[in-house]
Amino acid sequence: MGKVLVFTEQANGKLKRSSMELLQAAAKSGNTVVAVSFGSHAGDVTTAIGNNGANEVHVVKDAGLDAYNPESYAANLVGIINKVQPSIILASASSTGKDLFPRVAARLNTGVASDCVQLTISGDNVTAVKPMYSGKAFATVNFENSPIKIVLMRANQLPVEAADTSKTATVTEHAAATVDLKTLIKEIVKGTSEKLDLTEANVIVSGGRGLKEAANFKILNDLADVLGATVGASRAVVDAGWVGHGMQVGQTGKTVAPSLYIAVGISGAIQHLAGMSGSKVIVAINNDANAPIFQKATYGIVGDALEIVPKLTEEFKKALHH
Amino acid sequence: MKIFVCIKQVPDTETKIKISPDQTGIDTAGIKWVMNPYDEYAVEEAIKLRDANAGSQVWVLSVGPKARVVESLRTALAMGSDEAIVINGEGLDNFATAKALAEVIKAEGGAKVIFTGKLAIDDNASSVSQMMAEFLNVPHTTVVSKFAFTPENVTVERDIEGGAKEVVQMMTPAVVAANKGLNMPRYASLPGIMKAKKKTIKEIEFASLNIPATDIKVKYSGMTLPAEKPAVKMLSGDSSAQASELVKLLRDEAKVL
Ligand SMILES: Cc1cc2nc3c(=O)[nH]c(=O)nc-3n(C[C@@H](O)[C@H](O)[C@H](O)COP(=O)(O)OP(=O)(O)OC[C@H]3O[C@@H](n4cnc5c(N)ncnc54)[C@H](O)[C@@H]3O)c2cc1C
Ligand SMILES: Cc1cc2nc3c(=O)[nH]c(=O)nc-3n(C[C@H](O)[C@H](O)[C@H](O)COP(=O)(O)OP(=O)(O)OC[C@H]3O[C@@H](n4cnc5c(N)ncnc54)[C@H](O)[C@@H]3O)c2cc1C
Repeated sequence: MGKVLVFTEQANGKLKRSSMELLQAAAKSGNTVVAVSFGSHAGDVTTAIGNNGANEVHVVKDAGLDAYNPESYAANLVGIINKVQPSIILASASSTGKDLFPRVAARLNTGVASDCVQLTISGDNVTAVKPMYSGKAFATVNFENSPIKIVLMRANQLPVEAADTSKTATVTEHAAATVDLKTLIKEIVKGTSEKLDLTEANVIVSGGRGLKEAANFKILNDLADVLGATVGASRAVVDAGWVGHGMQVGQTGKTVAPSLYIAVGISGAIQHLAGMSGSKVIVAINNDANAPIFQKATYGIVGDALEIVPKLTEEFKKALHH
Repeated sequence: MKIFVCIKQVPDTETKIKISPDQTGIDTAGIKWVMNPYDEYAVEEAIKLRDANAGSQVWVLSVGPKARVVESLRTALAMGSDEAIVINGEGLDNFATAKALAEVIKAEGGAKVIFTGKLAIDDNASSVSQMMAEFLNVPHTTVVSKFAFTPENVTVERDIEGGAKEVVQMMTPAVVAANKGLNMPRYASLPGIMKAKKKTIKEIEFASLNIPATDIKVKYSGMTLPAEKPAVKMLSGDSSAQASELVKLLRDEAKVL
């Protein structure tokens, strides 16, 4: 058995669900699980990391790592990887994971499988399955000539069981590596939403042109609040300026993989389906019974979104809060 | 100055995908090929940068089977790019592709800015730009929706999670991976298309780059089509009945609540 290194991420001082998925999958494989955590709050999550199955956690508590910078993150990570010598690295296909690990892989002369939805670890070996052609096919990625196998997993693809508070990890602190930076993060402009990002959301309520006007997104926001969902949108309404581009789902927007996707007034154009067809359960609400979205949906409602969505909000309120 | 743009040719989103008999790829017969949509933003930004800086040139570069990927290079030339190079190679992974791009850019004397797309819509990997930046030993930023240039620095905006943005400054040379929102790609003009037809596209054999076979790090196998979805269950009744029925189904049948 070898070592599996898990790159963990946190949001507001809490370990992300996507990191728990990876830690638990690594622990189940029977390998030694080594976690890495960066930033001045790196210490806040070490208990949670241990509870989710890590044997060791390596932290670099440096404020210089609070904001993601590809060069400083790569240098610090490669330093730790060289000490730990893992045979497998798991990370989330988050905006940080996808940006960082190809660079790390190139530096380590090894392979990376990106955007995966299934993971099989057997001893030192790992294979992963990834969607291709916007989910129109699935391929198994096999590593070759790769001393370390790096897999980037989409969020919400692996089960998470309750953390075991009797499990703890040993904590090793490292000083930050000194790097001559060519990249400077000048400013971070906060987003409008405090909700989970679409790529991590477990429930998504998405709106299209069938909502008629920008103001009607309020009924989607109300529904999302009750469900703890993130609000998404079709390109048509993004292009019309009703909502920001960060909310667009689809080929030129975000690829999402929630348990539940509710498409409201969205026709189901192929470019939209490209981003959301990996959703487990799809509900479509559309006043045209022949809308293509119904071919992909699990449940369909033909009717006026403006009438049905507020009713749904009431029903969910009753079902979830009683 | 030299500006490079890396473009990948991908199957059009509307194309029907069939798996090859050995399940390591797709059956390419009848596929409609297009320039990766994000690479159109990359080409557009490169042309704008060239036009704002006298004496500059846009070079477009693609790795793939020469016979077909030259079409996407001609599209980029027709949009207004100056020079094009095809690296003829097949069966390469993201690592070997990035290596080949980096080697050729170096051999052509390097570039001040190298544009790519944020990802290719076929493999959806978003890995080639970062790997190439590492092989060139230059900084990179991905998912860029705003770009400004001075000879020493580029300043870009990167779209991150939750609708947030980072303002990032990089020393040149730098690699910039374009997102939607960066610009509106121009269409190729008729004179542009005529001119592009007459241009010579420089050809380089992947085999001549001396990239070792061990630089292929991943392979695909067992490619399959997704499982058939069960037919949609349409709900009936008035809107109140539909709403309560849906909540019941999501809770008791689909078990997602
Ligand atoms: C295991 C495996 C097997 C493969 N087998 C084949 C095969 O048999 N035949 C085949 O044609 N391809 C094959 N590919 C695709 C292969 O050529 C590269 O993976 C591909 O070029 C990189 O695409 P990506 O989707 O990872 O790019 P991304 O990293 O998602 O692309 C980001 C950007 O990088 C640039 N870029 C990416 N690829 C190229 C390119 N080829 N030329 C110029 N710029 C580029 C573009 O600007 C693009 O927008 C295979 C890939 C893998 C992983
Ligand atoms: C290169 C390219 C990339 C693209 N990328 C994306 C992408 O990333 N994401 C994306 O979404 N699209 C993308 N598109 C656009 C896509 O093709 C569609 O145009 C878009 O998805 C349509 O959005 P829509 O469903 O909201 O609008 P429409 O197609 O106008 O559909 C509106 C739907 O609402 C229904 N409706 C109307 N009134 C009501 C009502 N009162 N109640 C209920 N339903 C009602 C209608 O029956 C209709 O089905 C892309 C297109 C191209 C060419």
